[in-house]
Formats: sequence, C-alpha cells, structure tokens
Amino acid sequence: MSQETHAEPNYLGVIMILTALTLIEVAVVFAPLPKFSIGILLVGLALTKAIIVAAYFMHLKFEKRTLALIAATPLVLCTLLMFALLPDNNPKKYVPPVPQKPVATEAPTAEHS
Amino acid sequence: MSHAATMEVEPAESPLTPESWGKLGMWIFLAADAMSFGGLLAGYGALRYVSPNWPNPLHTLGINLTAFMTFLLIVSSFTMVKALSARRHGDLGKTRLYLVLTMMGGASFLGMQAFEWTHLISEGMTISGNPFGSALFGSTFFILTGFHGCHVLAGVLYLGVTVLMSGRGRWGYNEIEITGLYWHFVDLIWILVFTFVYLL
Repeated sequence: MSQETHAEPNYLGVIMILTALTLIEVAVVFAPLPKFSIGILLVGLALTKAIIVAAYFMHLKFEKRTLALIAATPLVLCTLLMFALLPDNNPKKYVPPVPQKPVATEAPTAEHS
Repeated sequence: MSHAATMEVEPAESPLTPESWGKLGMWIFLAADAMSFGGLLAGYGALRYVSPNWPNPLHTLGINLTAFMTFLLIVSSFTMVKALSARRHGDLGKTRLYLVLTMMGGASFLGMQAFEWTHLISEGMTISGNPFGSALFGSTFFILTGFHGCHVLAGVLYLGVTVLMSGRGRWGYNEIEITGLYWHFVDLIWILVFTFVYLL
C-alpha cells in the first residue's frame, strides 16, 4: 500500500482559517450593507471555505490536475443550471392561465328514422 | 500449464490516483453526489426566487445553533485528517482515537439537527406548510437538510466500519483516506447548505 509523499499541510492553521471565515460569515449577515452585497460576500466566503476543504483536507491541491477538474465539474454544471433557470424565475413575467370559456356545442339531436 | 497461464498479470494502475482505484471510485461517486446536491440547491434557489412571501431564515431558523454545528463539522474534519496522519506514522492507537472522535462529532451533529427539527416542528413547520410564509420554505428546508443529514448518518456508520477494520489492521492508509474523502465532502456540502439555507 502506497502512502502520499507530499508534506502534510498545517491542519491546525486550516481549521483556524475555516473557523475565522465562519465567524466572518455570521458577522456579514448583520452588517449594514445592501442585501445584494451581503449575498455576494456570503457566496464568496462559502466558496472560499469549500475550496479550502477540498484543497487541504481532501488533498486536492496535491493530486493530479485532471482529478481537480473532475471535482470542479459539478460546480460548473450547477452554476450553468442556475443561469439556465433564471429566465423562468421572474415572478413579474408570470401570467396566470386565463380560464377558457366552454365552447358552445350543439345539443346532440337524436335521429329517429 | 503453459507459460502464459503462469505469468503474473500486473494490475493496471489507476491513471489519476496511483495509490488506489478505490480513491478514484470515491472521487467519481462524490462528483455524482455533488450533482445531486447541486440540483437540489438550484431548485431551492428557483423556488425561493419565485415565492413572494419567503420568510427571513435568520428570524425563523436562527443561526446560533447551526453556526456551532458548522464549527463542529469543521472540527470533525480536523480529527479525520489527524487520524490519517496518525496512520501515516503507524500509530494505530491514535488512529482509532481520532476516528472515534470524528464519529462522535458526526453523531453530535445529528443530535443537534434532531433537536432543531423537533423545535421547528413544534412551532408548526412541516414539509407541507408553516406559519411563517411560503409552504415551500418548509419543504425545501426539510428536504435539503434531511438529505444532508442522511449523508452524515451514512458517514457515521462508514466511520464505524473504518474503526473496526483499521483496528484489526485490515484497512490501511489508503482505505482511511477514502473514508476521509467522504467525510470531508459531507463537511463541504454543509458549508454550502449553511450559507444558502440559513444565512442568505
């Protein structure tokens, strides 16, 4: 069984950075900033934390680049999905279907011969 | 017996993870699983955007407990890498200790999630409706956090198997690393769920 040859990252440093970023996230929520800026900051912080976990805890930084590309594919596809859904997401554009009047049909006449 | 039949066939090496095929298998599984979570999160975003009366998660869910749960998972990821590090140095006792600590972190997370769910259900929030606003708020919350919770439960069980197998010396560094990949993924997904469901 082979073992990895790269040097161990400073895991204590990594966990401290992740904890600090979590605290910043909680602080950003209550910051007197526009809602849009808070959203951008929170998504940025979450992605940074996710990348740190993947790079250092999951050792992706020390793996072959192709493996990192495989791991990043879902993120790219899901981002595309979000944008693909955007045009349908505008509630102002939503027009409720108009109920159709029943088409008047002639009463069936019984033919007696 | 012919010469060809007695020849030993060298197993082909995994092209991306020379250490083991299992590691590549786990990465491919995680990529597929990430798509599941990605689809759920994209659906959550779309439903939330079109719902005019979406409640403010900060006021309805609260973030004190979940921020602590996030910290707990980060710490459990730390104990997981320490277990791997101990196995690398051949210290089986410490490996087992750190693996058990990781399991305890996961089990505590599940306990806190159960507490949170019970509290919200007692306030009238269910998968089909809630007193705070859009019914989809409860539906998406329980589906997303429930799906993640199932992953944590599976992770705790997987860690239990790893403790048993590594204790007997049947699983070595590579197998523990593969367990770790799954556990860190659960942590990574929670980081995103915490942001999208609780903070935004």
